[in-house]
Amino acid sequence: MTNTDWPLWEVFVRSRRGLSHTHAGSLHAPDAEFALRNARDLYTRRGEGVSIWVVPSSAITASSPDEKDPFFEPSADKPYRHPTFYEIPEGVKHL
Amino acid sequence: MATAAAHETDRTAAYGTDDGATDAYERAFDAAVAADERIEPRDWMPDAYRATLVRQIAQHAHSEIIGMQPEANWITRAPSLRRKAILMAKVQDEAGHGLYLYSAAETLGTSREELLDKLHSGRQKYSSIFNYPTLTWADVGAIGWLVDGAAITNQVPLCRCSYGPYARAMVRICKEESFHQRQGYELLLALSRGTPEQHAMAQDAVDRWWWPSLMMFGPPDDESQHSAQSMAWKIKRHSNDELRQRFVDICVPQAESLGLTLPDPDLRWNEERGHHDFGPIDWTEFWEVLKGNGPCNEQRITQRRQAHDEGAWVREAAAAHAAKRAARGPLTTETTGATRA
Repeated sequence: MTNTDWPLWEVFVRSRRGLSHTHAGSLHAPDAEFALRNARDLYTRRGEGVSIWVVPSSAITASSPDEKDPFFEPSADKPYRHPTFYEIPEGVKHL
Repeated sequence: MATAAAHETDRTAAYGTDDGATDAYERAFDAAVAADERIEPRDWMPDAYRATLVRQIAQHAHSEIIGMQPEANWITRAPSLRRKAILMAKVQDEAGHGLYLYSAAETLGTSREELLDKLHSGRQKYSSIFNYPTLTWADVGAIGWLVDGAAITNQVPLCRCSYGPYARAMVRICKEESFHQRQGYELLLALSRGTPEQHAMAQDAVDRWWWPSLMMFGPPDDESQHSAQSMAWKIKRHSNDELRQRFVDICVPQAESLGLTLPDPDLRWNEERGHHDFGPIDWTEFWEVLKGNGPCNEQRITQRRQAHDEGAWVREAAAAHAAKRAARGPLTTETTGATRA
């Protein structure tokens, strides 16, 4: 049995309270407990985190890069979703 | 980051073998590189781009973990607890850097086991610099100042490399390398300002490490077989000779502040060029070490294989433990002590 039998995990680190967890990288580990310990040693050696999530890479569903255009297209032609779309007379405040 | 397996499946399904489609993807790839956008793991990329990255990232990862050996050689003999703690932290960082880079290589469809196997069988290289021995304590300082200094000069531009995962790994590594270089410089300074014997020891280490450090930038531009294509792909941003010159210019005043000399009688400021001229590099030595005839090639790879083999039982035990736990049912946050937020 070798290292290849250890699944890949994605590591998410919350750098400080009040911020969300951010993807830090990935690592191999035999189980969740080891993945957490390895993640601590690998990604928080200098106080980079106050909380870590580890997720099996196989559990992540990703949008395909090939669907990029059609998949995200619906948002491209809706500039009215942005506040800058609207013209407001000069001098109007708090808007 | 996508797993290697997922990546391969996507690629075959999405692109098949239709040449027309490949042309369109190639144009998209070229446009992304030209626009200074990053290429991500599941994007289409030319096979040669992928192969070049795997070769370069793997060599880089291997260098990090082989590089642990010459320094670990001095952990038990560090002159103070402070120096010992620093050196242990540095060697641990090198292991971490290796892991960041192996992960980046794995996004290209290779596996950790395959990479280690190629290192152990000599099919992939590591930086030649680690085939030189660390003869005295001062060598730990010279490695930090010169070897890590050269590595930083090489690596800072790699933070803007066109391949996203490699660039991200380099950002993390560069942040940590700065401590490596400064601790080496401080160590040499302490020796240089110490007893005459300590000063001589520091000078001797710099004399031995200077030329091999200049070789770390690779062969001269006109003899570097991969350089032109790597620069076109924006994997590399500056040529070997350009980076080597930058390093020399940085080191000269730093050596003066150390009170040490650099072992090159031809080294002098060239007003016209705005750079330091330096003497010829012994490329015969470089190629010999690369071929495996350096002072420590055999020792480094033997020790690496031994460490891997002797660690097999740990990997097996951890996997057996995980299998046993999995059979008992899913792990809950209660058993790990971890909480979701």
